[in-house]
Amino acid sequence: MGAEDDPSASLKTLAAPVKSAVDKFQLLPAFLKVRGLVKQHIDSFNYFINHDIKKIMKANDRLVCRYDPDLCLRYTNIYVEEPSVDMDFSVEKLTPHLCRLSDRTYAAPIKVDIEYTKGNQANKKPEIKRGLVIGRLPIMLRSCRCVLSGKDEAELAKLGECPLDPGGYFIVKGTEKVILIQEQLSKNRIIIDTDSKGRVTASVTSSTHETKSKTVFFIDKDKIYLQLNQFIKPIPIMVIMRAMGMESDQEIVQMVGRDPRYGTLLLPSLQECASERIYTQQQALEYLDGKVGSANSARSGNRKEGLARAILLDVFLANVPVNQGNFRPKCIYASVMLRRMMDAILNADTFDDKDYVGNKRLELSGQLISLLFEDLFKSMNSFALELLNRAYEHASRSSPLDFVHYIKQDYITNGLEKSIATGNWDVKRFKMHRKGVSQVLSRLSFIGALGSMTRISPQFEKTRKVSGPRALQPSQWGMLCPCDTPEGEACGLTKNLALMTHVTTDEEEGPLISLCHSLGVQDLALLSAEELHAPGSFLVIFNGLILGKHRQPQRFANAMRKLRRSGKIGEFVSIFVNEKQHCVYVASDGGRVCRPLVIADKGISRIKEHHMKELRDGVRSFDDFLRDGLVEYLDVNEENNALIALYEYENDKDDSEKEKDDVKRSSITHIEIEPFTILGVCAGLIPYPHHNQSPRNTYQCAMGKQAMGNIGYNQLSRADTLLYLLVYPQRPLLTTKTIELVGYDKLGGGQNATVAVMSYSGYDIEDAIVMNKSSLDRGFGRCIAMKKYTVVKETYSNGTSDAIVRSNKEKVGSNMQILDDDGIAAPGEIVRNHDVLVNKFTPRNTRDRVSRDIDYKEAPSKYKGPEGETTVIDRVILSSDTNDKLSIKFIVRHTRRPEVGDKFSSRHGQKGVCGTIVQQEDFPFSERGICPDLIMNPHGFPSRMTIGKMIELLGGKAGVSCGRFHYGSAFGEPSGHADKVEDISYTLVKHGFSYSGKDFIYSGITGYPLQAYIFMGPIYYQKLKHMVLDKMHARAKGPRVMLTRQPTEGRSRDGGLRLGEMERDCLIAYGASMMIFERLMLSSDPYQVQVCRQCGLLGYYNHKLKAAFCSMCKNGDNISTMKLPYACKLLFQELQSMNVVPRLKLTEA
Amino acid sequence: MPRVSALDMPDVPMGQLPEHLQLQRTRVVCKADAPIHTEAIQYSGAYASMGVDNSLRLESFCKNFKIEVIRLTEDEMEFDMIGIDASLANAFRRILIAEVPTMAIEKVLMVNNTSVIADEVLAHRLGLIPLNADPRLFEYLLENDSPNERNTIVYKLDVSCRKGGPRMTVKSDQLKWLPNGSELEMEPPNQSAKPKSYTSFSCSQDSMPEFSKKPLGMKHEDIIIAKLGPGQAIELEAHAVKGIGKVHAKWSPVSTAWYRMLPEVVLLKDIKGDDAEKLVKKCPVNVFDIEDLGNGEKKATVSKPRACTLCRECIRGVNEELVELRRVKDHFIFTIESAGALPPEVLFTEAVKILEDKCDRVISELS
Ligand code: SF4
Repeated sequence: MGAEDDPSASLKTLAAPVKSAVDKFQLLPAFLKVRGLVKQHIDSFNYFINHDIKKIMKANDRLVCRYDPDLCLRYTNIYVEEPSVDMDFSVEKLTPHLCRLSDRTYAAPIKVDIEYTKGNQANKKPEIKRGLVIGRLPIMLRSCRCVLSGKDEAELAKLGECPLDPGGYFIVKGTEKVILIQEQLSKNRIIIDTDSKGRVTASVTSSTHETKSKTVFFIDKDKIYLQLNQFIKPIPIMVIMRAMGMESDQEIVQMVGRDPRYGTLLLPSLQECASERIYTQQQALEYLDGKVGSANSARSGNRKEGLARAILLDVFLANVPVNQGNFRPKCIYASVMLRRMMDAILNADTFDDKDYVGNKRLELSGQLISLLFEDLFKSMNSFALELLNRAYEHASRSSPLDFVHYIKQDYITNGLEKSIATGNWDVKRFKMHRKGVSQVLSRLSFIGALGSMTRISPQFEKTRKVSGPRALQPSQWGMLCPCDTPEGEACGLTKNLALMTHVTTDEEEGPLISLCHSLGVQDLALLSAEELHAPGSFLVIFNGLILGKHRQPQRFANAMRKLRRSGKIGEFVSIFVNEKQHCVYVASDGGRVCRPLVIADKGISRIKEHHMKELRDGVRSFDDFLRDGLVEYLDVNEENNALIALYEYENDKDDSEKEKDDVKRSSITHIEIEPFTILGVCAGLIPYPHHNQSPRNTYQCAMGKQAMGNIGYNQLSRADTLLYLLVYPQRPLLTTKTIELVGYDKLGGGQNATVAVMSYSGYDIEDAIVMNKSSLDRGFGRCIAMKKYTVVKETYSNGTSDAIVRSNKEKVGSNMQILDDDGIAAPGEIVRNHDVLVNKFTPRNTRDRVSRDIDYKEAPSKYKGPEGETTVIDRVILSSDTNDKLSIKFIVRHTRRPEVGDKFSSRHGQKGVCGTIVQQEDFPFSERGICPDLIMNPHGFPSRMTIGKMIELLGGKAGVSCGRFHYGSAFGEPSGHADKVEDISYTLVKHGFSYSGKDFIYSGITGYPLQAYIFMGPIYYQKLKHMVLDKMHARAKGPRVMLTRQPTEGRSRDGGLRLGEMERDCLIAYGASMMIFERLMLSSDPYQVQVCRQCGLLGYYNHKLKAAFCSMCKNGDNISTMKLPYACKLLFQELQSMNVVPRLKLTEA
Repeated sequence: MPRVSALDMPDVPMGQLPEHLQLQRTRVVCKADAPIHTEAIQYSGAYASMGVDNSLRLESFCKNFKIEVIRLTEDEMEFDMIGIDASLANAFRRILIAEVPTMAIEKVLMVNNTSVIADEVLAHRLGLIPLNADPRLFEYLLENDSPNERNTIVYKLDVSCRKGGPRMTVKSDQLKWLPNGSELEMEPPNQSAKPKSYTSFSCSQDSMPEFSKKPLGMKHEDIIIAKLGPGQAIELEAHAVKGIGKVHAKWSPVSTAWYRMLPEVVLLKDIKGDDAEKLVKKCPVNVFDIEDLGNGEKKATVSKPRACTLCRECIRGVNEELVELRRVKDHFIFTIESAGALPPEVLFTEAVKILEDKCDRVISELS
């Protein structure tokens, strides 16, 4: 350790030639340049536009009239144009910013080329029409159809767009919407699990373009059954096998495997089948016909014969294709399922883990939109066909029947827009009803926006009380961020992608399958049942489909991988040899998570220094690394075949250390690019997260999204409903590599505050912080809140519309002072509560036709804001809204300085409110005259254990004294991406500070030194959006609800503060009856009633006769006056309306 | 140790404090873990039993009190204040920060502002600019006063960036002093009335002898106020008034003012040879030096105790018993960094005057 203590020695080590492994950090920015943080969204959307939409069209390309087969339409091509809008018969290009400002949808026309015939035409020659618009598709920003794609910074600036904005979201009616990544159990895979009753089950959720079904095998009392929705009750599995033509018991057992234990386990099922006297395929099918559910039989007109066969063909294991009625593949698939079930019974280790990330698929916006589009496209077509058919029947045929007339654009446009706007995905065809699929992109902070792009919404409903899915899965390593998850009900279910994660999109299957065959995969059709599980040979399973078997699985896998590394097959194809299941899994489906890793040969990285140099010089890109086989993507399954080292170490390490490792270096196959990439974007902001207690990092992930700062370079020209900006945002003194990668250093969310960790004044208990008034005077924590107010100039059905009129300003004391000559408040004016924003008049009659003179009444729209605050009209935007009405938007700006009660937090989950604001002269000061900006109580540390914050303070202090930004990336010490405490301390001492960061401090009040050294230095503090001004509320008297005459509820309605049930209980227990009386009646809704002592009902007071009267007894003799809560009187009357008579019995008090 | 009866013990010498008490009274000892004896012993009779009078006498104060100016530049001063209690030194510091008045921009009348900076933020930035105006020549603008030449300075900023030109930076030198007061006219209450400006100057400020020689400009010419893009413009008038730092930090005449107690580094034992070398190397500000004792012997000495920053590197670990870091309780190294309106030495005398005033007020209230 002498080296670190001694400065000269450490200099020597620094000057020595770098022996350590190649610094691979530069790969990260290169990766993010090509893949980006939201690339998965964009990729999947691009895939939809370029490929999926064409497939959907091909599958539904023909429309034929029911009555005249010659009358038909065929789609020949479909394509999406650039976003545009039809404006008064001209087409105008749309830009995203225009859409945001004018509440439009950023959508592009979907155009088709069609061939169609017209009715009553002699020749019936198909006509060709190109570029028919069938609807408008909301376009994802920065996708290949977006105007922003491929633009550089200057061009983006021209379009009003922030270059740091990641894109990947939609703009629907002016609001930015993200389609969240949806987590799902993978489709078409066998999952062995136990159900709620503890039975072993094997289930397959099949999903093809035509059908979706779920096939479940389960063991009940040693016998195996099949459960399928189409059958009313579980079917013995052997019956199914028989029905598929496996009539011989021996063959079935052979197919499952020769191990005698399998035979034993299958015996009860075989016996059951025999006891049912089912021996042949015919018998089995008859048996099954009897078990078909009523819903199914009803559809085919109660003919039961042949139904079972159809179900077996189409529904049972729907993902296994059947060629010309050949059940063989399905038999093999079923037997593999059986075999895996048996394995699970014999060895509990072979159960599948539903929470294992390899068994999950992430559904991205492209897939979700394609689901919607498919449904809408089909509906539109059938609707068009329906119209045509009807027209064919009824039409007088004056005009020729024309398909084009019946294709309604609105269908797709509105359907897509509505779904994305509301987040409700309702696809009846697939029985899909999902809520909350899309979310408003949070623009509170830049990080918040990025965070919602990487968020993964869970498959389970949040109420389930299971811990499994919530727990951190080891297979999440490097794929999903271990820190970033919300607290509370969605804890652990909602996840976030890690920094380097990529989500795959579908890839062509055909070429891969034939490639597998040519690499020696034997086709199943050629194999006997016996050969299927021959020892030493592995089944090759491609995307859940059994392709065949291979005798040398390792060689096969190596060959495939070699092809992948040389770029012959897609880089995201995964090859996974499962030794336990004797299977090779090849996957090319979409939705798998994967990440790039450096390939190593016997522990030696393939990336050499010269590669990195080429990267730095810009002659090599990340894709070149992929192409040259230096880096590859591994998905979660394939990771199991890899041995991944965190760091590459030199081979000439000491032998003693070599022995210490329990793995041989030569068996290492991959090396991580950088260890801090296991964290996501939000957790990447935290300096030294690996020194913190883990929940603190989770808290910070949630809080970073509420911190205000900059949200984009275009923040001042945006028109969000609510926008919080920091006046003087800074970049953190203690940065991390992630911060630089995502651009947080350019769009910061906080300020570097000099913090003294000490107790002061007692106003700092419970995490409160004491702030320096002079710092606040100089602009610390100052923020701008911008709110949008919209006024619409309404037009009415009778052709009248609102009028906006110039006002008579001169009137003294009027609230029209800020109006401009056009009757609209002028930008730059100070606006106070109740000031008029728009001097608007509405016509009194909005229903009937009015001839000339329209009678108007005043309807000024007034500003409602905090009393006594200086709010300013920042901008006024006039635009037309979606209904072509004039909408006037006011952006009202309010600059706030921090006040007592505002919430602040450091980057370590340490939130606290401002407890008091103290004059600078009362603040302690150091020997160098440094006065802290805020004081934090040291009690915040012991229980939170945020050591990272302490190191941040030290590093920040060293940073300001030596003038270099210090780093604190996660796990960065070995690779030099985080400064070591030892080095920081050395820097501190060099600049005359104590190595521990503690300073000699004088009290500002007494002037004497404090009796302790104070830990003081800069820490990056975030101002959170929770501010007292938005929350404080009190009322003496105010508005009441009409119905009950009780005070209104809630701050927004200036409501009363409720004396609730529990408070009432306290008062009862205390015996303060008059207090209860006052609170519950006098201060709430007192009401005087006339009660008839005779009948006990409520009477009334006739003010003309000055007498009370009971309308029941028809006299006024026995009337007493008393006070009731109005709600009580209301209850009586409501009861009376239901024929219940409440009677009051009055006695003398 | 043989037992000795208390009666036989030698008397404590009267009229003189034993060494350890003297140390406690006059020095803060900075131990490795925490400083001790930080407070002064205030009570006059604290050492009465030893015949030592601990009271503070005016004559002795006058005799012992000393000020030595170490460094004096245009806007920075370091001086030693010796023979005074920390409470008084602190009072000067506090007054300097919060109670010595200066002039600062308080009201900004925006005529036009199309820059990206919001009006309030621009006004806030203007307020923080130090002005080169002697506040002693001005009066406070009281609530009912109208702004006149004795209490208000008016500045004007009128900049615009040419369309099609490059972006420009607005710096403080573009704020122009208007000696004749505001040029903006208030909206007349009625048509017939003569338009009035926002200030009522009876004469031009540059005709007044105090200001004619020294125009009321900015202290620094290169403070960035705003940046303008092509086509943007700012036109405003800024009114500066007199105020104190307690109300807003913009009126604070100092960047900061602080003191530290005179460091005293004591070698409790002789440190020789290699240890001495090591000790010298440890200190980042070279407090220690090596004295050659001849015949190859080396001894560590304390050469520059004043430079000690109290990093405690010298007492970390092995040397804790050998070196003692102390602070002299009645010797203050006082630093004033002036923000510009007044030179630091004047600021200090102003602070003394304010303290005097306060004392006078207390005395007159009491009597
Ligand atoms: S405390 Fe630090 S600066 Fe002072 S003498 Fe010791 S080593 Fe030198």
